[in-house]
Amino acid sequence: MRICFFNQILNRVVLTWLVLSCGWWIQAQDPVRIGSKSFTESVVLGEMLCTLARHEHLPVHHRSELGGTQFLWQALLKNEIDAYVEYSGTLSEEIFAGQGVFGLESIREELADSGIRMSQPLGFNNSYALGMKRARAAELNLTKMSQLHAFPELRYGFGDEFIERRDGWQGLKAKYRIPIEETRSLDHALAYRGIQAGSLDVIDIYSTDAEVVSYDLTVLEDDLAYFPTYEAVVLYRVDLANRYPKFVERVESLAGVIDNHSMAELNQQARINRKPESIVAATFLHDRFDTTIEIPSIQQQIAARRWQKFFVNAREHCFLVFVSLSLAILVSVPLGIVAYKFPHWGGWILGVVGIIQTIPSMALLVLVIPILGLGAAPAILALFLYSLLPIVRGTHTGLSSLSPSIHESALALGLPSAARLRLIELPLASQAILSGIKTSAVINVGTATIGALIGAGGFGQPIITGIRLSDFWLILQGAIPAAVFALLVQALFSWAEMHLVPAGLRIQPSSE
Amino acid sequence: MLELENISKRYGDLTVLEPTTLSIAKGQTVVLIGPSGCGKSTLLRMIIGLITPDSGHVKLDGTLLTSETVNTLRHSMGYVLQDGGLFPHLSAYDNVAIMARHLERWNNNEIHARIEQLAALTKLPIELLSRFPGQISGGQRQRVAIMRGLMLDPPVLLLDEPMGALDPLVRYDLQEDLKEIFRNLQKTVVLVTHDMGEAAFFANDVLLMAHGKIAQRGAIEDFLDSPASDFVSRFIRAQRFPKLN
Repeated sequence: MRICFFNQILNRVVLTWLVLSCGWWIQAQDPVRIGSKSFTESVVLGEMLCTLARHEHLPVHHRSELGGTQFLWQALLKNEIDAYVEYSGTLSEEIFAGQGVFGLESIREELADSGIRMSQPLGFNNSYALGMKRARAAELNLTKMSQLHAFPELRYGFGDEFIERRDGWQGLKAKYRIPIEETRSLDHALAYRGIQAGSLDVIDIYSTDAEVVSYDLTVLEDDLAYFPTYEAVVLYRVDLANRYPKFVERVESLAGVIDNHSMAELNQQARINRKPESIVAATFLHDRFDTTIEIPSIQQQIAARRWQKFFVNAREHCFLVFVSLSLAILVSVPLGIVAYKFPHWGGWILGVVGIIQTIPSMALLVLVIPILGLGAAPAILALFLYSLLPIVRGTHTGLSSLSPSIHESALALGLPSAARLRLIELPLASQAILSGIKTSAVINVGTATIGALIGAGGFGQPIITGIRLSDFWLILQGAIPAAVFALLVQALFSWAEMHLVPAGLRIQPSSE
Repeated sequence: MLELENISKRYGDLTVLEPTTLSIAKGQTVVLIGPSGCGKSTLLRMIIGLITPDSGHVKLDGTLLTSETVNTLRHSMGYVLQDGGLFPHLSAYDNVAIMARHLERWNNNEIHARIEQLAALTKLPIELLSRFPGQISGGQRQRVAIMRGLMLDPPVLLLDEPMGALDPLVRYDLQEDLKEIFRNLQKTVVLVTHDMGEAAFFANDVLLMAHGKIAQRGAIEDFLDSPASDFVSRFIRAQRFPKLN
């Protein structure tokens, strides 16, 4: 009878476990994870892939505005994302740098070795280019760069970088035999103003810049193929094709759909007209690709912004700071104690923790992604590592600077080492330890904005989006709360100091 | 019985204490005196195991001082430093009670009864004990330190220039009270000082130390009448006693 009863319970437990884990499995398997870089074109293209997935009724997760090429590439290899849009030039020059992988076919072969597939080019080429006012180009009947040498009277204005780069202006001038000695070096925004006002004729641009549309520019054709090509392609994992063959088929059929001018228009709508990227992407696909694709309503998009986003960012930011700082305290205080009790180890501990502090955050994140992937975990690890030094140092300094007579009388009382630490040394060092923690916390709150680079969210998110859209207010929406948060943390720890530091240490010694 | 056998200490080329043998009978008061750097504080620190001798050993009532026994033996010795060595984060009361409370696990009533007794002995108003060390005078701090040293009623009391930093009037009162305490409690006392008058006041058994060695042991009168060396006479001469009558 009893065995029967046990069996029943066991059956139920096993059954529940199976149901739950299946549920988890389906959930974990399901979404198509799309990545994008932190510039508008990449986000719009990411939204296009998301739109296609939604159209196939697949759950989608867009990890948008990640910090850089390496982050996306590592995330793709690590199976943290399934697909993202990359450029052929970036693959040759950055991802396979120095390996001599040029041309789409060799890139495709190289990618296959890593279990990554590449779609046919989407159609546009986002490379360096020269732009002219449409009317001026028409007046001179200019369409190609090779025609430029016949017009020595043209006035050129270029950005500093373009003038400096070996593959920039100097090489271009030689290649096309442009008979010009004088060029003006100026800021990009000023160059656009100059061309608008008619004081410049030719400026350097990217071929899909939003400004091509908003300033009505003609992009001169690079007919001698001087600039390396940056053709957009979709990179996706082989297993995505197995999981969702229909979706991948749709992605492949995007080949050649987006030409340079269309991309510039999409950029213009998103970056200049501030239309939500999801709407820009869906509208384009609806108009040019498949009329059955639904366009999300703009109200829905706007409503999802502002306060809701603020609270999400705040929650994410607090989470990153709280977890990383708590872990750092749990590890650093004991490390500081070890460094104090065993001076031989002390040098090593302080040395290693100090070196960690000097690792640039971008480098650290790139190193961490292959281990922990994207999201909160790698961000917490990075923040944790950056929080160690002030606390370890504070603990070590606090303990080491106890006066010899205190130290001696604690020993002479015959208190065992652990009791000495608990009753005397740590309370006396508490001020230094707390101020180490305070320093860590304030730095941590500021540094946590890097979380947005790897999809951990936080107040870094509006900052990145703001920089991407040149939206000053959006940047402030991230920067101000982060600063206020840092001040609050500072105040909190000052208050904690008042209450946690033993009263006897806060009084002025009486003079006799 | 406190026994030191052949203990010595050197730091590199510097000899702080030549091999020294010394025994102090139970209930006796011995004063260590000598100029700065003569090794008197080193000797005292070796007795309580704060400095490990290079050679020789220390025994208290037959128990050898080793790294295993040091904490137990320390419970049999009260130790008072020049600046009291009180813990600034604890009230005077908690400073006195720390060992009884955290190591010996006395209950609060036992602790309080003992502290009342010691406060009376050291002539400290008990309400003063609720203050922090930073809130009481130097003389009061030394009295608290003496209370802490006596809390577990150890047979031995070691004092390292306990009145060195006090002004003369405060010192005078404390000397009087201390002498009475020593007499009443019958402790074995080792007191380090550099003041001849203080040495003479406390004990008939004075050890004058110089250059890491005991230069002479005896009563102060012996030092005056028959100095063992030139150094002893010079040390005695260097102390100026005003002739009051």
